Amino acid sequence: MSIFVDESTRVVVQGITGRDGSFHTARMIEYGTRVVAGVTPGKGGRVIEGPGGARVPVFDTMNEAVAESGANASAIYVPPPFAASAIMEAAESGVEFIVCITEGVPVLDMTRAYAFVTDHGVRLLGPNCPGVISPGKATVGIISGDIVTTGPVGVVSRSGTLTYEAVGQLTGAGIGQTTCVGIGGDPIIGTTFIDCLKAFAEDGETRAVVMIGEIGGTDEQEAAEYAGRSLDLPVVGFIAGQTAPPGRRMGHAGAIISGSSGTAEEKIRAFRENGIGVARRPIDIVHLTREALR
Amino acid sequence: MNLHEFQARELFRDAGMPVPRGRVATTPGEAGAIAADMGGAAVVKAQVHSGGRGKAGGVKLAGTPEEAEAHARAILGMTIRGLTVHKVLLVPVENIASERYVGILVDRAVQAPLFMVSREGGVDIEEVAATNPAAITRLRVDPRFGLLPHQAFRLGSALFDAPSLARQCATVLSQLYQVFMKNGASLCEVNPLIATEAGEVKAIDAKVTIDANELFRRPALESLRDLDAEPAAETHARAAGLSFVKLDGNVGCCVNGAGLAMATMDLVKYYGGDPANFLDIGGSSSPDKVVAALEIITADPNVQVILFNIFGGITRCDDVARGIVEAGKRADIRAPILIRLTGTNEAEARDILAAEGFSAFTSMDDVVRAAVARAAA
Repeated sequence: MSIFVDESTRVVVQGITGRDGSFHTARMIEYGTRVVAGVTPGKGGRVIEGPGGARVPVFDTMNEAVAESGANASAIYVPPPFAASAIMEAAESGVEFIVCITEGVPVLDMTRAYAFVTDHGVRLLGPNCPGVISPGKATVGIISGDIVTTGPVGVVSRSGTLTYEAVGQLTGAGIGQTTCVGIGGDPIIGTTFIDCLKAFAEDGETRAVVMIGEIGGTDEQEAAEYAGRSLDLPVVGFIAGQTAPPGRRMGHAGAIISGSSGTAEEKIRAFRENGIGVARRPIDIVHLTREALR
Repeated sequence: MNLHEFQARELFRDAGMPVPRGRVATTPGEAGAIAADMGGAAVVKAQVHSGGRGKAGGVKLAGTPEEAEAHARAILGMTIRGLTVHKVLLVPVENIASERYVGILVDRAVQAPLFMVSREGGVDIEEVAATNPAAITRLRVDPRFGLLPHQAFRLGSALFDAPSLARQCATVLSQLYQVFMKNGASLCEVNPLIATEAGEVKAIDAKVTIDANELFRRPALESLRDLDAEPAAETHARAAGLSFVKLDGNVGCCVNGAGLAMATMDLVKYYGGDPANFLDIGGSSSPDKVVAALEIITADPNVQVILFNIFGGITRCDDVARGIVEAGKRADIRAPILIRLTGTNEAEARDILAAEGFSAFTSMDDVVRAAVARAAA
């Protein structure tokens, strides 16, 4: 099994004619993801040719794209000024799941978009995230199929390349994954660590979870408490940013220690207090996961 | 992006907030002249992006123009938490009856703007939050409706008992919310908000942080950036589209992705080394970005070794390899470069590097250990 995406996922790509949108549309199709439509306002009527003879119709609006293609998920690659609007358009169109890859979305825009998708009962992943991949089934976003393999481990992370590093090491050690989710590095995001832990718990095949956090905010602490209280799966944790100075934004908009809160130390302490094994080095994620699966 | 107090006060005044007019001086003589204009007495305040200015001796009360000049002479050029003071702000002296704290920020836990107000004004709010959390009143604002009048009055009443002061305060809070939304702020703070002995509410301090993601559509705010307040390397990095933070160690780091960059710094520390910087070259790395990154890292005299950690995805390893080779041709790089790369176009990258006499590691653990050993040698 898997969470959020699988063989039944039918994706519409918002911003499909842009540089990133067209590149990753081809990569998703190559992996076997069913990309059924694209949207770029003003470019409706075109057809995007993909690998293996795939032909993806382009529409002006999400409503048309969903009505014509029966899409149930969207992947957003539009530039930051238009990203929040694209999220809200997707929420209205009837898809159940929205993945926003765009980095640099103004945070106040996101507070409105977040309220809007919540009212519509739609799941949002991101923004500023690499998306989600269920090995052997589908990838929605930008995670490469080359680094994953099927298996019993769920991976959830706030980061992009650090996720690849951890997943690559797991795969290299012969430990496969049910689903790998990047929830994004921004302060306001749709799907949280806790949402992913709950979904992995309900997935019949996930037997352990790797949770990769970083400095800033208290999401990891809340997820750790949830895991300690009501999760039946073993969890392996890693926190990036132990050497980050306070008050400085470390690349991700959300990766900042404010005052004394959001430090790596307090997150690691919360992990330990709730029975989560903490990897000090990325390579230790492999060792701890192997133990967790025993 | 942090604004200086004098810049934040202008945004507040534009919104109609009761902020006494201040003037900026860059020399002691100017400060004395401004104080004379103000009638002699003035408060002289250091303009740096740091809290704790008062404790550091950066805020002084002057009774005469001569005193203002002397205070400005002491404050200009002083260092507060590593930042040199280049400007002072002079503001009128107020008769303070009571001091309050008001602030609004984007709160990740409630996924919305959040007001925080307290009767414990004029002190470090972080400390109040830690020692006496009950003294802080919080209010989540629904961004679709804004701060509603009854909510503003409720907060005003939490801060002041007298109805007249509570009403004035409610107006100030509504204006502060307008400043916050209109300028794409992630934080607006007044500490202290005062009531004068004459019964007037006034904002006598101002702190505003702008969400960096908003600057593309607010060029007027971008122009307020104070380039003197950051190391030159950070200005250079921003122009090149790199995310960079200077640190004190000797292992220069060049990584793709913020999370991996932090994890790399942590691993350097784990093996007994000290990172010289955080540097994320971002997703789509052109060779030019890598050249700029190497220029920035090598400009730091502390750097003993340069560590590349690249996990190719969108980032193509061959682009990074070309950048390293190109940088080596353009400039004399004295520190040894240790490279780890894996992922997209790894084989091409290894060929490019091998032709120039470089080799590359495949494991993050190995390259970090090797870099720490070189830095210590």
